[in-house]
Order: sequence, then structure tokens, then C-alpha cells
Amino acid sequence: MNMIVLEHYLLVGAILFCLGFFCVLTRRNAVAVLMGVELIFNAANLNFVAFARFGTLNIDGIMFAIFIIMLAAAEATVALAIVLNIYRQLDTVNLDEADLMKG
Amino acid sequence: MQHLIWIIPLMPLLGAVINGLLGYRFIKTLGEEKGKRLISQIACGTVFISFLISLFSFIHLLLRPVDQRVLVNTVYTWFHIGNLKTEVSFLIDPLSGIMILVVTGVGFLIHFYSIGYMGHDEYDEQGYRYVSYWRYFSYLNLFAFSMLLLVLADNILLMFVGWEGVGLCSYLLISFWYRKQANAVAGMKAFVVNRIGDFGFLIGIFALFWSLGGHGIWTVNFRQIGEHAYLLAEDTILGIPAATFITFFLFLGATGKSAQIPLYIWLPDAMAGPTPVSALIHAATMVTAGVYMIGRLNFLYSMAPVTLTLVALIGAATAFFAATIGLVQNDIKRILAYSTVSQLGYMFLGMGVAAYGAGIFHLMTHAFFKALLFLGAGSVIHAMGGKQDIRDMGGLREYLPTTFRTFLIGWLAICGIFPFAGFFSKDEILWNVFNYSHPVLPFLPKLLWLIGLLGAGFTAFYMSRLVFMTFFGELRSEPAEPHGGHGKDAKPQGPGGIGLQGHGNEKIISLSPQREPRESPGTMTYPLIALAVLSVIGGWFGVPHFLDPVFGGHGGVAPVAAETGEHSTVLEIFLMMISMAVALGGMAVAAVMYLIMPELPDLLSVRLSRLYELLLNKYYVDEIYQAVFVNGLLALTTASARFDLKFIDGIVNGSARVTAAFSTFNGWLDLRFVDGIVNTLASGTIFSGSRLRKVQTGQVQSYLFAVLGGVVIIILIRTFI
Repeated sequence: MNMIVLEHYLLVGAILFCLGFFCVLTRRNAVAVLMGVELIFNAANLNFVAFARFGTLNIDGIMFAIFIIMLAAAEATVALAIVLNIYRQLDTVNLDEADLMKG
Repeated sequence: MQHLIWIIPLMPLLGAVINGLLGYRFIKTLGEEKGKRLISQIACGTVFISFLISLFSFIHLLLRPVDQRVLVNTVYTWFHIGNLKTEVSFLIDPLSGIMILVVTGVGFLIHFYSIGYMGHDEYDEQGYRYVSYWRYFSYLNLFAFSMLLLVLADNILLMFVGWEGVGLCSYLLISFWYRKQANAVAGMKAFVVNRIGDFGFLIGIFALFWSLGGHGIWTVNFRQIGEHAYLLAEDTILGIPAATFITFFLFLGATGKSAQIPLYIWLPDAMAGPTPVSALIHAATMVTAGVYMIGRLNFLYSMAPVTLTLVALIGAATAFFAATIGLVQNDIKRILAYSTVSQLGYMFLGMGVAAYGAGIFHLMTHAFFKALLFLGAGSVIHAMGGKQDIRDMGGLREYLPTTFRTFLIGWLAICGIFPFAGFFSKDEILWNVFNYSHPVLPFLPKLLWLIGLLGAGFTAFYMSRLVFMTFFGELRSEPAEPHGGHGKDAKPQGPGGIGLQGHGNEKIISLSPQREPRESPGTMTYPLIALAVLSVIGGWFGVPHFLDPVFGGHGGVAPVAAETGEHSTVLEIFLMMISMAVALGGMAVAAVMYLIMPELPDLLSVRLSRLYELLLNKYYVDEIYQAVFVNGLLALTTASARFDLKFIDGIVNGSARVTAAFSTFNGWLDLRFVDGIVNTLASGTIFSGSRLRKVQTGQVQSYLFAVLGGVVIIILIRTFI
């Protein structure tokens, strides 16, 4: 058990963040992008919980994690509503085709 | 009595206003004859009322004890500024008492005389009628008002109002026949020359006011100035003793008004005005204002021996030079004009030796006999149909008996023959001059006396010449025709000075023209008789002693003439004898030259032609003035104009040109440079915008990628640097 220390958790969190970010940057499907965002959130959650366990955050870290999970759920709801609206407008959920904000 | 003084100046003003505003209507509505009668009644009546009140005031003054002979009538407060309270108040003391009697008395006689003299309408060359009768009397009344204001004023500012008023009225009256250019120019000359003097007078007033103010005495009132004048003894203005400075500039004003060297040139030209005006302004009133002013401020002059000496010198010089010019003049009024200048010189000579009483005395007698002479000359001119050259006259004693007899009295009076008025006053002056002890120049009084005596001899000569040529011998020409010969009747008198030979050329249109001189109407001869009586008895009034309260009591600040202590009766009688002898000598020479040997004058004028020409042309003073002042000013004006054109305009045009060039450059700069910058900026923005818009793809993922790149770069920088 002593083998597993804070760095291991942080490393896993960083891998998770990078995967999530990679997913956000590369996926064309908006739903997949949202899943990448969830991964990023969870990377952050993992870090918070790890700092609660090994660092000095204690119960606060766990509370932050719970709040983030709640926010993620709410955000996913709103984001999915936006995605549905985009689909209704453009008949696609491919992000590279939704370029209405182009200058 | 005291409360009636204000009526004295008011009455003539009232007359002036009534005649000035309504006179024309009087003639229109009442007809020629009645209208004129009403106008002259108003004009003469108002002055006569003034005369009566003056007379009562004077008697009232005489009934008072010697040291209480002061009547003051304050009418209202003129203005009240700070510490200075100036009132319109009138003062009658022995000095102004005599003056108002002269002004209203002689003035009334001259008003009365004018009824006859101005009775006929005047027409100019084109036949235009001067709207004259009411205008003339209105001016004459206004003049009397101004002079009374000058004389009665209790403070120097009010006096200045009168001082300016008489200047204005003299201008109006001298150029009364304004359609003749010479007359208009003569009036202008009188006015302008007087203004020069007035300028000095004003400087004097201000200097006096501020000097006294320096001691905390803010006043313009004569009596208060007199009380505090001693404060000025230690003061200086610009390094000159204050009293000397003030009196010098006041005297400058007096030389202008009283026609003394160097400002006398206006008076001979002023003869262009109607003859009664000459009598009033140039004998009895305005020209004596300067003498009166010195008398009024005698306490100041007594503090300034330098100014007094100057006054005496100027007076003697004027008396002498004007008399020499009078020797050869041919215009009857011009001779009298130079005689006036000369006699005023005597008055100033008297004032200059601190014999103020004698000066005022001569002023009074001179007013009588000179007014008489002027009015007599007017009567002669009237009879001669406007001719004024005494070479055209002669033998008039048969035609004009009254004029002749009265004129003789005036002649004897001005020559200084005992017991006529002029003798007493002139002798009083010469006696005072002789006895004067000058602190610095002990020989000066005797020299001045000699000059005065010589001048008296000349006076006797030219006045006798005038009388002999006018009244004795044969009549040399007929009176001018009423309508013809205008401008031909007066012979030119040598080259004109400043082009202003105001010859007058008075043309009297007789209702019944005839070819023989005829005695003037009663309105003209009665004043002559009255003035002749005054000229006989005027010398017995004892005026100098009457004036003692005014002129005494200055505590010997100046070396006053020898007073009664060393009064040598023998010497006085001896001096009287001498001046009588000189006067008789002058008359005798004239008699020889013009009665016994009539060819002698022509002979002399040829033999002494240089001197004769010099005198005939009045020492070329007018020409010198013309050359120095008029031409000098013109040259200065031309130079200024050139300077203006070349230099100032050059600067202005140059600056304009520079501005234009600068503007062009600015415009270029603006168009090319500033606009260039702006346009470049704009097109740069458009260019960069057109490039940058490519970056904004609208794809969130690419933005995120850019954010990732930025974060990586920041991390790298933070890590390695």
C-alpha cells in the first residue's frame, strides 16, 4: 500500500486531463467533445480527492469534488440542450460545420 | 442780495435759449420788424437785468465793512466724489464785482449797439441770406453767460466751464458770417489757438489739485485754495517748485485767452467777426479772462516769482511788439486789434510786478475806451458801407459828428492823456513797474518801464494816425455801394499769414443807399456816448484801493512793489510828466506826418522799406507759424503717411504674405502628411483586419488549440527562463 503515493494519483489525473483535452480538440462530434469535457472534470476531481487524502485540503477537497460532479451534471444538461438546438438548426452535430462565429 | 447772484448769469442764458430756440419763429410769426424788435428786447433786456442785479450786489458790497466784502451764493452741489465736493457757487468780492459790472455794463451797451449795427440782413456773394438776427443775439447772450460764469465762479472748475464757454462763443461769433471762408477760418484759428492755451490751463488745474491733494486738501474752491496755498511752498513738481509749475501752465492758458506772445495771432484775424463782437470779445470781456484769472489766483502767483517775471516779460514784449505792428496797419479794426493785444500786454506787465490792482484797473478802463473805439470804428464802417481801410477814409468828422467826438475821447483815453481813464490806469502800471524791486535782476523793472513807455509812445502815434487819417483831411473815397464791390473794398494787406487774412469785408446793406457817409442811428450812437462818459470818468474810480482786500494779505511772499511807505509824490508826478510827454510826442509826430506833411509817410516807408515791410507783415510771425507748425505738421503728416504706407503696410502685407505661405505649407502638410497618416492608419487597419479575420474561424476547437499552444508556450517560458 505504501507504494501508491500522491504522485501516482496526480499522474493518472494528468493522463486523464490530457486524454480529455485531446478528445475536446480532436472530436468532430459535439457529444464526444462533451465526453472529453467530462474527462477533464474527472481529472480535476481525482486531483482534489488525492489532495484531500494526502495533502492538506481534507474534507474541503472532497466537497469540491462533489460540487464539481454536480456542476458537471448541470453543465451536461445545458450543453446537451445546446447541442440539440444546433442539430435542429444545422442538421448536424459536427463542430467544424458550426462556424457561425466566423469573423 | 446774496441769494440773487445766480440770476446774473442765468438771465443771459435764458435769453440765449429763448432766442436760439424761438427766434426764427418770432420773425416768422410776428413779421420782420416786430420779430426783430422782440428778439433784441429779449437779448438786451436779459443782460440789462443782470446789470441791475450786478449793480445792486456791488452797492451791497460797498456798504459792507472792508474785510467782509464777500458774497457767496451756492446754487447746488455739482458733484461729490470722495473728498472732493464741488459746488456750483458764485462769488462776488471786489474783484469779481468790478468784472461783472464791466461785463454786464459794457456788454449791455454792446448788445444795444448791435440792434442798429445788425439791423439789416446780410447777404453773401451768391445772394444767400444769412439767417442771422436771432442767431447773432443768441450767441451774444450765450457769450455773456459764459463770461459771467467765468467771472463769478467760486471754484476753478466752474471757472473752466466759463473759460471754455467763451472760447466756444468766440468761435461762433467770429465766424458768424460763416459763408465767407476767411471768417470761418478766422473763427477756427481763434478756437484752435485758444485750445492750445486751454490745454496748459487744464494742466495747471490738475497740478494744483493734486499738489494740494498731497497735503490732504482736496478742493477746487478758490477761497480754500487761498487758505491752504502756503502748503505748496516746499513742494516741487518734476523738480520745479509747485507754485511755479502750476502758475506757469495757468499763465499759458492766459496767453491763449488774452492773446499774448506767443498765442496772440488769433486776435487780429478775429476781426472778421461783426464789429460789436470785436468790441465785446476783444475789448471788454474774453481777452481779459487771462488777466482776471491771474488776479483771482494772485496768491499763487505771488508765491512764484519766476512765473511773475515771465508774466512781466511777456507782457512788456507783447505791449511793445504789438504796438510796433500797429504803426503801419491800414485796416481800422486791425489797428484796434493790435492795440488790444498791446494793451493786454500792459495789464500782464502790471500783474507781473505783483501790481494786481493796477492790472485790473487797466482792464476796466481799457474795457471802456476800447469798446468805445471798436464801436466807433463800427460806426465808421457802417457809414462807409463796409470799407475798413483808413486810406479810403478821411474827413469823416463832418459827416459823423457824434462818432467823431466820442472817438476823440477814446483816442485821448488810450493815448494816456490826463484826465482820461487810460491815463490813470496806465500810469498806475508804469509807476508800479518803476518801483518794483526785482530780487535777482535789479535793472529789470527800469528796463520794463522803458519798454512800456516806448510802447505808450507808439500807441499814441498809431492811434493818432488812425484818428487823423479817418476823421481829418478830405474824404478819399465814397462809401461802398450796398450791393456791389463786395470783396473789393478792402485792400490786401501784404502776403497773408496762414492764409487767414480775416478781412471782414463787412457789408452793411442800407435800406436807403446813398453816396455820402451818414451818421449811424441812435441805437448805435447812444452806447458810444455812454462809453465816452465812462472813458472820461473811469479813471477816478480808485479801483486799486478798492481791490486791496483781495490782493493784500498775501503776506509779502513775493517782493511786492513799493508800498505807501516809500511813496514819493515828487517822483510819481515826474513819471507822470514823462509818460504824458511821450504820449504827446507820439501824437505830435503823427500830426506832423499825417496832417501837416502828408507826403512824409510815403517817403519814410520808401526810405525804411525793410522795416516798413517787416512791420506791415507783422514780423512774419504768421508765416513763421505757417512754416514751423503748419508746414512742419504737414511734413510730419506726409512722413507719417509714407511711413505708414511703406513700413507699417509693409509689415502688415509681409505678415499677410508670410501667413499665406505658411497656410499653403500647412495645407500641403495637412493633405499629404496628416491625411496621409490618417489614411495609412485606416488602410492599415483595413488590411490587418482583412488578414486577421481569417484567423477567426468560428471553430471553438481551433480557439482551444490556440489556448493550448499559448499555455504550453507560457509553461515553457516559465520553466526555462
